[in-house]
Amino acid sequence: MSYSLQLPLSAKKIARCRSIASSIGDVVADLIHQNSTVGTERAVLRLMGFNGALEKNGLLYPVSNFILDQLEAAGRLSDGALYWVANAMLVHKFETTRLEHAILKGEVNLGTVEPQPRKKVEAMVTRLSKESFARLMRYRKSRDALRKKQGDPLNEKRPLKYVIVATGNIFEDVIQARSAAKDGADIIAVIRSTAQSLLDYVPQGNTTEGFGGTYATQANFALMRKALDEVGAELGRYIRLTNYCSGLCMSEIAALAAIEGLDCLLNDAMYGILFRDINPRRTLIDQHFSRLICSVSGLWIMTGEDNYMKTTDAVESGDQVLASEFINEAYALNAGMKKSQMSIGHAMEMDPFYSKVILMEIARAKMTRQIFPEAPLKYMCNTKYKTGDIFFSHAVDTVFNLIGSLTNQGTILLGMPTEAIHTPWLQDRTNSIRCANYILTGSLGLSDELGYRSDGFIAKFAQKVLDDAVKLLEKIEKVGLLKAIEKRTFAGVSRTVEGGKGARGVFEVKRGAYLNPFFKLMGSRI
Amino acid sequence: MPKAVEMPDLKNLRPYGDTTNDGAVQFSFTLPIEPGAKAREAATQLVRKWGFFDIKVAHMSSIGVGYTFFVVFGRTELGVDYTQLVVPEVSTEKRTYKEIDKLIGKDIGRPVKVVGACTGYDAHTVGLDAILNMKGFDGDIGLERYKNFRCVNMGSQIPTDELIDRAVKEKADAILLSKIVTQKDIHITDMQELQNKLKQRGLTEKFILVAGGPRITHAMALEMGFDAGFTIGTRPSDVANFIYETLRDRLKRGKKK
Repeated sequence: MSYSLQLPLSAKKIARCRSIASSIGDVVADLIHQNSTVGTERAVLRLMGFNGALEKNGLLYPVSNFILDQLEAAGRLSDGALYWVANAMLVHKFETTRLEHAILKGEVNLGTVEPQPRKKVEAMVTRLSKESFARLMRYRKSRDALRKKQGDPLNEKRPLKYVIVATGNIFEDVIQARSAAKDGADIIAVIRSTAQSLLDYVPQGNTTEGFGGTYATQANFALMRKALDEVGAELGRYIRLTNYCSGLCMSEIAALAAIEGLDCLLNDAMYGILFRDINPRRTLIDQHFSRLICSVSGLWIMTGEDNYMKTTDAVESGDQVLASEFINEAYALNAGMKKSQMSIGHAMEMDPFYSKVILMEIARAKMTRQIFPEAPLKYMCNTKYKTGDIFFSHAVDTVFNLIGSLTNQGTILLGMPTEAIHTPWLQDRTNSIRCANYILTGSLGLSDELGYRSDGFIAKFAQKVLDDAVKLLEKIEKVGLLKAIEKRTFAGVSRTVEGGKGARGVFEVKRGAYLNPFFKLMGSRI
Repeated sequence: MPKAVEMPDLKNLRPYGDTTNDGAVQFSFTLPIEPGAKAREAATQLVRKWGFFDIKVAHMSSIGVGYTFFVVFGRTELGVDYTQLVVPEVSTEKRTYKEIDKLIGKDIGRPVKVVGACTGYDAHTVGLDAILNMKGFDGDIGLERYKNFRCVNMGSQIPTDELIDRAVKEKADAILLSKIVTQKDIHITDMQELQNKLKQRGLTEKFILVAGGPRITHAMALEMGFDAGFTIGTRPSDVANFIYETLRDRLKRGKKK
């Protein structure tokens, strides 16, 4: 028996998990070589600067959707949106802004534009994508510079404090976000309307409504970004902004987030499939493009494994969480992402009345830390076992904060005393941040002080989760990821390859004709 | 002889702090002003206006930009006459799933069919899953695992019409409607929509209507024409037993074939 700062986890087993996950990731390679989706094509348009909208039935309809509709109606989708935009530019001698204007006015229709000589089109496509890419690099540089100038809380060597704002009105959200930053929050997540992941377009403009939050739009991103940059300058501490990048528009949201200077995105390879019943092919293709954008733009992706524990028993589902984390990591590596950008998700969701539950939570948090040492882990508070008892809830959150500090998590998603009652009030968030300030400051450096018994309960619990994850990944490898999802391997949910929402938006690309140089420019490894 | 403890005054029922009938209450709230002597006075007067005396502002601190958080204590003489209160509750016996399965076999003579969904924009299936999924909730197994229940869990964001169509197609005995999101009272709107659409299609009497969610009460569900409303802490066996008893009684009365 000995004590060590590290748990005795088998390096061989961890390597085995990584190698299986990587081979599971190959499914996506074939998918993206043969297909694209309307979401991915719209993201390409957005990267090029097609971000306007036109009025349709009293609603603002994005030009990216309008262009896709024209191409689809003309049976031209399989060449890729970029190909036809380049043709239109050659024919009309317009730059992006002028072309967008003409399309919105109905003067140019991409469904009828005459195809130009292939060589010229290819040259135009190369030029356009390089310009877009250079713009992304400029956005990234200015973000990096601001983080340095204002002071990055990452340097404080403690978990970042992540809170949500969810008033349903972006202007009210701004007030609450500024307050949260002043109280000590490091990352602000603006909760979206619950239905947004199923919309096949990104709403336009500043919004003051929604259910459980308000819409993720380019204008809302910009408004919140500006407010946080201002408060960051005032506080001398850079404040990160995150939003939700799941659903039918995940790649478009990634493009808009990169353009508007967000720092992180909640982005999971399987979340949409399992929890929003989005078509698996659609999700896997879109997640790859969204991660390419995040990768080159320096955004962190935050994965959603915490969700598995909400629908299954958290004590037993540790292997699912770990298996999914390996898969998410493999997919992010496919997109050329650095490990320091992978905010791998997990959560403290076990029944607080289980005997030794705190030891089990420490085991899982520490195990995750050790297996993904470079990742700014996203550790989520308990939500499933919260009731209306705000006082008990606050006690649970305090323990969560302490485990987060003890196991050196990258980010802790602070619990709210009023979780399970309503979206957080101003005072709920303040009380929650005050608790975290106390715990994180008071326990700074604790993770380097205490060791784990080599034959103790914590070590054994962590070893069992890892052993189970190896077995689960082997099972998934045998049947293939899509079949495994069909067989309820994750979260007890079954989804089929042909089923789910947005399946119609997947289309086969025309081999040799389809153009999307972004894959190469952004360093796709598959 | 020291005086014995006072009896709670049920005719004028008030909160208990540390002495019977002391009417002691703790408050926490935020005012949209900066902290200071004037803010403290504002908080005190506010609580007095609500009917409290012996007011103590225990804590006042600045939160965010231009807001102040208070913890205040006060006492009140205002109470309710507990002896006169009447509140409807789902009154069924506590039975285990084995007992319920057996009783369905004996009294109904066929499996009971239920269709459940979260309608409208609601994407939260945690409540519905807790009742229907095999796994159940808090050690109480879900309806899917009962021998004598046939369940269809339609999941989230289901249009009301689709829920009704499915219930008709499955010849369901009961419809379970789960509502978690309550922003702008959307749960009430969606409950009304189900009720109205059933009425339009002449199906009101056809199904046992059960609503569930954190902000749903039995009284409110009854008022809206549902047969029962279940809130946080409900176990699958509570719902199973309610459906069984209601169906049994209806069959007895010959309301449903």
